Amino acid sequence: MARAAVPGRLTWRAATLAEARWETPTARTLVLDVPGWAGHLPGQHVDVRLTAPDGYSAQRSYSIAAAWAADKTGDGGKVELTVQRLDDGEVSPFLTDVLEVGEQVELRGPVGGWFVWRPSQPAPVVLIAGGSGVVPLMAMIRARGAIKAKQPFRLLYSVRTPGDACYAEELTRRVRDDAGLDVRYIYTRKTPDGWTDPPKRIDVATINTYGWPADFTPDCYVCGPTTFVEAAADILVALGHDPKRIRTERFGGTS
Amino acid sequence: MMELDGNAMAGELREIFAVDVTAARYTCAGCGHADAVATLLLWGRDMGRVGRCPHCRDVVLRVVHAPDRIFLDLRGTVRLELPLAGS
Amino acid sequence: MGIISRGFGGRRRESVPGLPPGQYLTHDFPVLSAGPTPRIPLDRWNFTLTTETGEQKRWNWQEFTALPHDDVTVDIHCVTKWSKLGTTWRGVSLDTLLEDVETAADYTMVHSFGGYTTNVPMEDLLDGKAWIAYKFDGEDLEPEHGGPARMLVPHLYFWKSAKWVNGLQLMAEDEPGFWEAAGYHMYGDPWLEQRYQGD
Repeated sequence: MARAAVPGRLTWRAATLAEARWETPTARTLVLDVPGWAGHLPGQHVDVRLTAPDGYSAQRSYSIAAAWAADKTGDGGKVELTVQRLDDGEVSPFLTDVLEVGEQVELRGPVGGWFVWRPSQPAPVVLIAGGSGVVPLMAMIRARGAIKAKQPFRLLYSVRTPGDACYAEELTRRVRDDAGLDVRYIYTRKTPDGWTDPPKRIDVATINTYGWPADFTPDCYVCGPTTFVEAAADILVALGHDPKRIRTERFGGTS
Repeated sequence: MMELDGNAMAGELREIFAVDVTAARYTCAGCGHADAVATLLLWGRDMGRVGRCPHCRDVVLRVVHAPDRIFLDLRGTVRLELPLAGS
Repeated sequence: MGIISRGFGGRRRESVPGLPPGQYLTHDFPVLSAGPTPRIPLDRWNFTLTTETGEQKRWNWQEFTALPHDDVTVDIHCVTKWSKLGTTWRGVSLDTLLEDVETAADYTMVHSFGGYTTNVPMEDLLDGKAWIAYKFDGEDLEPEHGGPARMLVPHLYFWKSAKWVNGLQLMAEDEPGFWEAAGYHMYGDPWLEQRYQGD
């Protein structure tokens, strides 16, 4: 076995906003230029730090939305984040509403080696997203698509209303083009026209029907607000999934 | 309410350690529960990070940032098991 | 370093002369917590004073709120740099609680429901410097701010004003409480900026 690499300690560096686009009326994707960025694993995140003129600073974590920097355009130094604006947030409204192309923030990453999908994992995958928890799971879906991985993926994506769903068109395209990807939406407040179920929260029936059976021993990833993550993880365990195959990431609901 | 888990500590732990510690396994000194540091329930934020065992809620680790030092208190874990790169 | 972000303000705050060094004035009341908020029904609440020789005095909620109380207006300073001026509280003075207690202890440990602790020297609790407060701003103290009752020691950083208090232990020697053991200062004087061990 190879000796452990010591990549060195990680600290803050400058990131410049190169491009931005809205995914929903309240979620904005930021494409940041980070010189020297050496890539990342799907599921990892970065910390973003803002400093006000009087020295006051605040930082938050944001998941990386894109697959690792193996994309064909050779944009090795680009980091893509999708930021959900929280109304009483301290950092997110700045990133969605104020930060302009050409301006800089400080960034530390990539970090987070546990909530990660590696193509070397042979099992089928269940992805359960609550709101903005879809971001790291989308990075996993994009990575799978980029390398045309064979492991089948099932995404269960809980949103309040259809308008709150990020990446909707891309997910539709990928379901069509990336063989072996299925997506099921759960709408908690308002459903689309023609939807046969009433609005509801994620439940046993949904995960049982649209996830993988426990005896397929899938790798499960759950991401979203803390109550969502607890509910979904508890359901997976109740359905017989091995807790060791369930990885969770809780997103703060506030700030 | 506790909103975050040990995943959110990955960045600041990466400033102390040269490897990712969220994938390390702790063993809770209180109840013996063992799992990834990523699964600790996180409190504190501005004062420091307090990582609690999801099983018994005892404090497993604390991280406090002073301007020129970082304090890492690990007395709530009897052991940390860190995976090596390439494994 | 610190790349300055044009247009980033963050939480509402002002730099105001007269505050302890490094502090900002806030108009919010930020909630910081080291753990889950305990929910203590009043019929289960109690406060236990334990001397260095092990003698105990205990009050239940009725007994405690029947004690003489003070209404005070104080400034509070959090080690995370926010300060709040002119906050109003109702509480029982530690002078009242320690009135008939025989002790030679110079140090104390404040205990809370949920396990939080913080150490405060005895003389910093006496002579009108500290209260167990159960009303804030004219209302019952809310759980997220430490209710049913919290310590109030405004001349020290606010982590010393332990929320959800349930006891005071008198000690012959100083010992670090929860945050002190994790790296914060044993005493915590905001005017000397004693935030961390070794400051």
